[in-house]
Amino acid sequence: MIAETGAFALILALVLSLAQVVLSVAGRWRRASVLAGAGAGAALAAFACVAVAFAALMHAFVTSDFSVANVTANSHTEKPMLYKVAGTWGSHEGSMLLWCLALTGFGAAVAGFRRGLPPGLKAVTVATQGAIGTVFLAYTVLASNPFQRLAQIPIEGRSLNPLLQDPALAFHPPALYAGYVGMSVVFSLAVGALVEGRADAAWARWVRPWTLMAWSLLTVGITLGAFWAYYELGWGGWWFWDPVENASFMPWLIATALLHSAIVTEKRGALAGWTVFLALAAFTFSMLGAFLVRSGVLTSVHAFAVDPTRGVLLLMILGATAGAGFALFAWRAPALSPGGVFAPVSRESALVLNNILLAAATVTVLLGTLYPLIREAATGEAISVGPPFFNLTFTPLMAALLILLPAGPLLAWKRADALGVAQRLWVAALIAAACGLLAFAVVSPRKALASAGLGLGAWLILGALVELAERTRAFRGSAAETWRRLTGLPRGAWGMTLAHAGLGIFVLGACFETGWKAEAAETLVIGGHLNVGAYELTLDAIQGVDGPNFDAERAVISARKAGALICAPRPERRFYPAGGQTTSEVAICTLGASHLYVVLGERRPGEVWLVRAYWNPWALLIFLGPGVMALGGLISLSDRRLRLAVGRRAAAA
Amino acid sequence: MRKLLAILAAVFCIAAASDPAERLADPAQEARARALFSEVRCLVCQNESIDDSQAELASDLRRLVRDQIKAGKSDDQVKAYLTDRYGEFVLLKPSFSWGNAALWGAPFLVVGLGVWLLARNLRAPRPSSELSEEEAARLADLADDDQT
Repeated sequence: MIAETGAFALILALVLSLAQVVLSVAGRWRRASVLAGAGAGAALAAFACVAVAFAALMHAFVTSDFSVANVTANSHTEKPMLYKVAGTWGSHEGSMLLWCLALTGFGAAVAGFRRGLPPGLKAVTVATQGAIGTVFLAYTVLASNPFQRLAQIPIEGRSLNPLLQDPALAFHPPALYAGYVGMSVVFSLAVGALVEGRADAAWARWVRPWTLMAWSLLTVGITLGAFWAYYELGWGGWWFWDPVENASFMPWLIATALLHSAIVTEKRGALAGWTVFLALAAFTFSMLGAFLVRSGVLTSVHAFAVDPTRGVLLLMILGATAGAGFALFAWRAPALSPGGVFAPVSRESALVLNNILLAAATVTVLLGTLYPLIREAATGEAISVGPPFFNLTFTPLMAALLILLPAGPLLAWKRADALGVAQRLWVAALIAAACGLLAFAVVSPRKALASAGLGLGAWLILGALVELAERTRAFRGSAAETWRRLTGLPRGAWGMTLAHAGLGIFVLGACFETGWKAEAAETLVIGGHLNVGAYELTLDAIQGVDGPNFDAERAVISARKAGALICAPRPERRFYPAGGQTTSEVAICTLGASHLYVVLGERRPGEVWLVRAYWNPWALLIFLGPGVMALGGLISLSDRRLRLAVGRRAAAA
Repeated sequence: MRKLLAILAAVFCIAAASDPAERLADPAQEARARALFSEVRCLVCQNESIDDSQAELASDLRRLVRDQIKAGKSDDQVKAYLTDRYGEFVLLKPSFSWGNAALWGAPFLVVGLGVWLLARNLRAPRPSSELSEEEAARLADLADDDQT
C-alpha cells in the first residue's frame, strides 16, 4: 500500500510540475500575479509529492519490503541500517528519484522566496524549473519506476554491491546530486535572463548564491567520492581520470568559472553573455554526467544500472533541454548589453584569463572522456585516453591558472597597477620559491616537479594571506585598526580566502603524495616483516571475523618506527555471501597529515598472506583542502550581501 | 609529469607493489616495467591500467611486458609489440597522430581563441581611468564594501 502511495505521489508530482509550467507561463504572459503565484504553489506541491514518494521508497528499503522489485535487487535483511537507508538512492531508479527530489526541492525554494526576484524573471525561472522537473519526472514514472511490484515475492534480497556499503558512499550521492541539480536553478535563471532580456548586476547577484551552493555541494560530493576510491578500492589512488569522475568534475570546473565570471557581471556589468552561457553550460554538463553514468556508452569502475534504452531517453532529455537553452541563447544573447570596457591589466582581465583556462580545462576533460567514442564512430578504430593524456594537458593548464591566481584578488577593477601588485606579492613569491627549493634540497629522493608543486601550493596559501593582510592593512596600520578591519570583513571575503587557501592545501597534499609515496608488497608468514618508508610492519596474527552480513579474515599487524610501536593496523578481507563478492577493507593509520595504508591480500598456498603497504605522505591534505574550499563556499553563502532580499534592493535602484 | 614521477617513484621504492611473485630480479628493469604498466590498459577491465588491476588478464599482460623487457626490448619496442597485438586501444596515452590531432590540439586551441578574443576586446577604445557617472552610481549602490 505504501509503495502504491509512493507511485501515486510520483505521478501527482509529474502533473503538478506540468501545472507549474503552464500556470507560470500564463502568469508571465498575462502579467497576472495570481496565475504566477499558483505556479509557485504548484512547485511547492510537486516537491511535497516527490518527498512523499521518496519517503515511501525509503520505507520499503528500511522494512525490507521485497515485494518491491527495486528493494529485492538492492537490499538484504542483514544489511546494516545505514546501508538500508542509503540503498534508497543506491540503484538507478532510486537515484533518479533522488535527482527529482533535489530538482523539485530547488524549484520549490525558488518559488518559495516571496520577495527578491522581479515577478517576470521569477515566473520564467519557476516555469523553466517546472519544465526540467516535468521531463525528469516523466522519465522516472515511465521508464524508471522504483515502485514496481514483483508477482512472486522472494524471501531474501540480492543486496547492495559491498563496495558501495560504505559511510562515505552513503552520503556521496546526495551531496553530488544536490550539487548537480543545484545548477538547474542557475540554468533556469539564465533562461529567465534571456527571455526578459536582462542579465545585469542584479541578475548576477541572484545567480551567485545558487552557484556557490551548488559548487560547495559538488566539492563535498566529489571529495567524498575520491576519498571512497582512496580507501575502498585498495591501491591508494584517489583520482583515476575515470569517465564517471570526469562527468562530475566537468560541472565543477564550469561552476568554478561561473562563480568568477558572475563576479565581473555583478561588479562591472561586463561579460553578461558569457556568464549566461556558463550558467546554461553548468547544468548541461550535470545532465551529461547523469547520462554518461547510466547509459553504458562508457566503461567505468563506477557506472551503474547500465541500460542502453534508458540511455537513449536520457540523451534525448539532455539534447532537448540543453538544445532549447542554447537555441534561446543564440537568439536572445545579442540583445544583452555588452558591458563595460577594461584595461589589459585589471581584475576583469585576470578573471577572463581564469575563465579561459578553466574553459580550456573543461574542454580537455570533455574531449578526453568522449574522444574514444568519437574516434570509434568516425573511423572504427578504438583508442584509450587515460591518465597520461590528462597529466600532459590538464596539469599544465591548471599550473598556469594557479601561478596567476594570487595576483587576481589584488588587482583593481577596470585598470590596475601591475607594479603595485608585484610589490605586494614579491615577499610571498620569494618564500614560496624558497619552500620549493627547500623541498628539492631536503626531501629525499630528490624530485624537481613535485618540489615545484609544493612551491606552488605554498604560493597559493601565502597569496591568500597577503590578500587578507592587504584588506586589514596588517603591518602597515596599528594593531587595533587591523583587528577592527579583520572583524569587520564581510563573510564573502573570508570565503574567498578560505577557498583559495584550501586549493593551496590540496596542491601541497597532491604533489607530496604523488611525488613521495612509497609502496611495498610481500607474502608474509605469521611473524613476517615488511618495510615501507620508515616503518617496519609485522604480521602478528590472522583472525576470523563474523560480520553482520559478511565473513572476514583480519590481519593483526604492528607498525614500528625505529623499534617503537607506532600503530596497529587491522586490514580485513571480507567475503559477502549474499552476492558472492570479496572486498578488502583497508586499514589506515593517520600519522600527522600522512597515511600508513595497509591492505590484506589473498592467502597463498601454505600459511602465507600477501600484504601490501603504502606510505602516503601528506595524503590527508588532499581531502582536507577541498573540505576547506567547500567551507569557504558555505561561509560566503551566509554573507548578508548575497541574500536575495539585498538583491531586490539593488534591482529597485 | 605523472610518467616521470612514476618512473622515479618506481626506482626508489625498489620493491614493486605488484605481486612479489611476478617481480623481475633486476630493479632497474622492474622500474621500467612499472612505468610502462601505468600506460597500458587492462583490456577487459573498466578503464584501469594493468598497474592497478588485479584481473587475471592484467597479470598476463604484466608478465608479457616483463618478458619483453627482460629480453632487452626498449620501451617503444614493447609498446609497438603491444599495439601490434591489441591495437592502439591498449595504450592509455593516445599517440601523437593526425587522427588524434583534435584531441591533443583542442586545449591549446581554446586558450588561443580565448586570448585572441580578450585581446580583440581590449583593443576597443581605451577606457578612461575615471568611472562614468552611471558606473559610479551603480558601484556605490552595489558595493558597500570592496568585496570581490
